[in-house]
Amino acid sequence: MDPTTNTIEVRNLRKGYKGVPVLHDVSFSVERGKVFALLGANGSGKTTTINILTTLIKADGGMATVAGFDVAAQPARVREQITLTGQFAAVDDVLTARENLVLMGELRHIPDPERTAAELLEKFDLNDAADRRLLNFSGGMRRRLDIAMSLVGDASVIFFDEPTTGLDPVGRTDMWQTIQELAQSGTTVFLTTQYLEEADRLADEIAILHGGRIVADGPPDELKTMVPAGVVELEFGEQEQLAAAQRALNGQYSLSRVDARLVVATTGSMAEMADMFIRLKDAGIEPTRFTKQTTTLDDVFFKILGEERKDSHASSE
Amino acid sequence: MRVLSDMWIMTKRSLRHTTRSLDTIITVVLTPIAMLLLFVFVFGGALGEQTGSIEYVDFITPGVIIMTVGSGIAYAALRLNMDLQKGIIGRFRTMPVAPSSVLSGQALSSTLSNLFSSVLVLVAAFIVGFRPTGGAGAWLWFVGLLVLFTLATTWMAMFFGLMSRTAEGAGAFAYVLLLLVFISPSFVPTDSMTPLLRGFAENQPMTPIIETMRSLLTEGTPGNDLWIALAWSVGILVVSYTLALSVYRRRAPGPAGQ
Repeated sequence: MDPTTNTIEVRNLRKGYKGVPVLHDVSFSVERGKVFALLGANGSGKTTTINILTTLIKADGGMATVAGFDVAAQPARVREQITLTGQFAAVDDVLTARENLVLMGELRHIPDPERTAAELLEKFDLNDAADRRLLNFSGGMRRRLDIAMSLVGDASVIFFDEPTTGLDPVGRTDMWQTIQELAQSGTTVFLTTQYLEEADRLADEIAILHGGRIVADGPPDELKTMVPAGVVELEFGEQEQLAAAQRALNGQYSLSRVDARLVVATTGSMAEMADMFIRLKDAGIEPTRFTKQTTTLDDVFFKILGEERKDSHASSE
Repeated sequence: MRVLSDMWIMTKRSLRHTTRSLDTIITVVLTPIAMLLLFVFVFGGALGEQTGSIEYVDFITPGVIIMTVGSGIAYAALRLNMDLQKGIIGRFRTMPVAPSSVLSGQALSSTLSNLFSSVLVLVAAFIVGFRPTGGAGAWLWFVGLLVLFTLATTWMAMFFGLMSRTAEGAGAFAYVLLLLVFISPSFVPTDSMTPLLRGFAENQPMTPIIETMRSLLTEGTPGNDLWIALAWSVGILVVSYTLALSVYRRRAPGPAGQ
């Protein structure tokens, strides 16, 4: 396969359940070896998208390819390339941890299922419980086994559906590390999440799914430029200082007052920051304290949601 | 061949499920044995007068075997439904595994464990006086018909296991099968039933199957109903297999349903 080909291509995907549309018109692509996060609230259609890409359900319209194969026309070829770690640990309770892993290896027809199982038990810290049935496993152990099972057979594309939902902070950090290691090894990772922090930390590329459409996509840093980046908060010892600062900066920057603080929206560039402080210094004003707010994906998310709401109000009027 | 090796891997998995839940095997075997004892020793004195030259225990043993299979497949439906609810079927469906091998593995292991239960119930019947007179040929036919019937109803169980939204509901169809066993000449000849019930009893699928099994064991010949029995069994097998596979392909994975 051509190394520049995108591993996942999704064009105008549509899907509804019993006449209720879930995906309206979803398009995106994922480059080979990248981590892609599909970000959205509950019910936005993330799981539906992942189910279509992993051949579990069929789309109503549009097309999707994974590793060069059409998910609708060549599902068997797609399945040879992927694994899915779903929202709930899909493990076999009646079998032991080792038997679960060996089962995966046998079904994927790898050369030595026993050895692969032993390696994964070691890697995921499950050696002590390897030959116990899962009935008494903790949630974290089941999740670790679940991921280990997804790694049997070295799939080229790994799908994670909300990998950290329901995990404690330690489990979440471990999961992030696992995903980062996968990415370093060249595996393409597709994950869904409702946590902006998670997408920001892990993903090379993010698409925000809202109301069955991709409302924004790009690298995390690019998405963050959608909202003003250089919001600076200034505090002053005296009320007159604040009023003077307001006069000095007025006309140049968008200003607002929050209690005794002045909030200045700059572009965040060094030149503008310097300009702002020079203006204050020239006017003989010295802030007692200043903080620069960094843009988070939350800001992007809320900005997009805010615009959507405005649009829907406008159209209903 | 890959489909066959996958099926065997799935069968091994299912057999582990069966052998690790000994309580279900005990339930499956003990209920029909209790029925056997109840009918032979409690009702047998009265009912036995109606079966003519055939000893009552010989008369009812085929029906008891069918009951054994009926309760065994209820567990097969339950296990498949649990696999579905827990998402492991969803995992298999995203793997390069033939859809038919996931279900045939469960069907094959259910058939094997049902045959095992049937042997135990037959042994119990021997102990309380069951004395079949059929020769080796008749036994071969009997085993063949039993395997076919078990396979057919196991696939029916696969269908209901896939269709049911809850684990409790998955095995409910088996009660209908058990009811059919009672409204058939399993425990009493149909002559003693009311005309309406008798008409039903003589034309439902269990009747030719049970009559043929009994004829094979007590007279050594398959009797007049063999082809009807085979036709019902093959018909149920083909319809159930087709339905089960199509539901397997369509049904959304996992507990969330979407």
